[in-house]
Amino acid sequence: MGMTMTQKILAAHAGLPSVKPGQLINANLDIVLGNDITTPVAINEFEKAGFDSVYDKSRINIVLDHFTPNKDIKAAEQSKQCRQFACKFDIDNYYDVGEMGVEHALLPEKGIVTAGDCIIGADSHTCTYGAVGAFSTGVGSTDMAAGMATGKCWFKVPSAIKINLTGKLSKGVSGKDVILDIIGRIGVDGALYQSMEFVGDGVASLSMDDRLTICNMAIEAGAKNGIFPVDDITREYLDGRTQREYKVYEADEDAEYTQVIDFDLSALVPTVSYPHLPENTHPVTEAKDIKIDQVVIGSCTNGRISDMEAAYEILNGKKVKKGLRVIIIPATQAIYKECIKRGYMEAFIDAGCVVSTPTCGPCLGGYMGILAAGERCVSTTNRNFVGRMGHISSEIYLASPAVAAASALTGYISDPREVL
Amino acid sequence: MIAKGIVHRYQDNVDTDVIIPARYLNTQDAKELASHCMEDIDAEFAKRVKDGDIMVAGLNFGCGSSREHAPLAIKTAGISCVIAKTFARIFYRNAINIGLPILECEAASEAIEAGDEVQVDFNTGVITNITKNETYQAEPFPEFIQEIIKAGGLMKSIKNK
Repeated sequence: MGMTMTQKILAAHAGLPSVKPGQLINANLDIVLGNDITTPVAINEFEKAGFDSVYDKSRINIVLDHFTPNKDIKAAEQSKQCRQFACKFDIDNYYDVGEMGVEHALLPEKGIVTAGDCIIGADSHTCTYGAVGAFSTGVGSTDMAAGMATGKCWFKVPSAIKINLTGKLSKGVSGKDVILDIIGRIGVDGALYQSMEFVGDGVASLSMDDRLTICNMAIEAGAKNGIFPVDDITREYLDGRTQREYKVYEADEDAEYTQVIDFDLSALVPTVSYPHLPENTHPVTEAKDIKIDQVVIGSCTNGRISDMEAAYEILNGKKVKKGLRVIIIPATQAIYKECIKRGYMEAFIDAGCVVSTPTCGPCLGGYMGILAAGERCVSTTNRNFVGRMGHISSEIYLASPAVAAASALTGYISDPREVL
Repeated sequence: MIAKGIVHRYQDNVDTDVIIPARYLNTQDAKELASHCMEDIDAEFAKRVKDGDIMVAGLNFGCGSSREHAPLAIKTAGISCVIAKTFARIFYRNAINIGLPILECEAASEAIEAGDEVQVDFNTGVITNITKNETYQAEPFPEFIQEIIKAGGLMKSIKNK
């Protein structure tokens, strides 16, 4: 039996000629990642177990992005613990305020993650890096601790769902709409324990930013990882950026899939996930009477330059609806700088938006945009669970940057195709 | 190993944001985390829960964030076992890695109600509902995972090797 792309990467990293779904393996890791919330717990486990060295200081990444710049004293203590650990072990890829960005935007941007890698991160959205053709999955802090100490992680080899993409996205429709629609079709546990492998003629029409957004939310369907094949767009993205040589893996022609989903990109419309699960998807046209209090554009899902561009195209020269709070968060320093260079910053500020330094802040209800009781937010983030962004009676509507920006102008959830 | 206790019952897709909201993730103090466990969907849980109690839920328990604070909060609150139809995969790993016993069992998840007294035998995977006088069979863990559990968690099992 042939192997999927994910299975091939796992087999190679476990030193095995082949692997099968359900098989338990111990795989070598190329990259281990943690943030300011999960790393302190990992450090405690690492120290409690008595380890006094890391397996490879060039492969460990610590990014202080969730509650930074520190939101309170406790958060500052957690950052301090990460900082001390990073200094003690001379961790190469340690990113503190001033250099840091939202981790899943930062690592691909810097070429730290690359095609063919086997990656774990103590953050559920680590599945983002499947966009560059890596096997990448979220784990917990203890897995991170074990990964830092040994360079290995145990995995149950996943089966896979094949998502066959055809056609091309229309104007005003983006990678965010693709992944929301898929989650709406298969449900928040539709890909539980499985890989989501994106293939087909439609892949070539998707930008790297679209692919990063799509893989980012694979976890929202319960998936272990999302992955795209390596093509010209991947090579163009990685060449001159990747810090290590990359390896290209392809699924075998006779690879087995538990399910094949045919997805016509051309037929897709802007999509919104209603509270309180990402699977509650509706076409944006059904949502036009929903009044909102806040808009957030940013996060590891949609804080990249093309997301900023999508917001700019709609907000430039306009004013956001009076009384609405519109928070824009470029995900890294490089994206922030590019927004300044391209004149997006001025346009956002003139429109009445606030622009923040990189942080995960509002996405998880940390800080920088917490919602009061009963308030509604259109957000380009990834989860709309009860209480995720603030009070338990507040509501989050997940959408693309284009939908979020269009909604910012009207104060109601709005269709970007009407203003583009 | 046997667990026995009163059941706290939840439905499908209990996410880690409601198990322990991110506003409390500025601490790693297990007792403090436990004092806020489940509060956004069950405000009285932390006061009501007793040592040894059992949590039963539906599909996809522990979905969402990878925060290990979630199984840690449940364990520290006194829960001796979580039974669900399915677990989200990161929660599943985290529970095993930190030594919170979990079992997947559809029949138990369907039948057990809040307040039932339930006993779990981890060696056989047999779940006994003392209140309803019923038993359900859970899938035992693969040997590899049993070894991690026996060692007392992932770090200890690595150290043993």
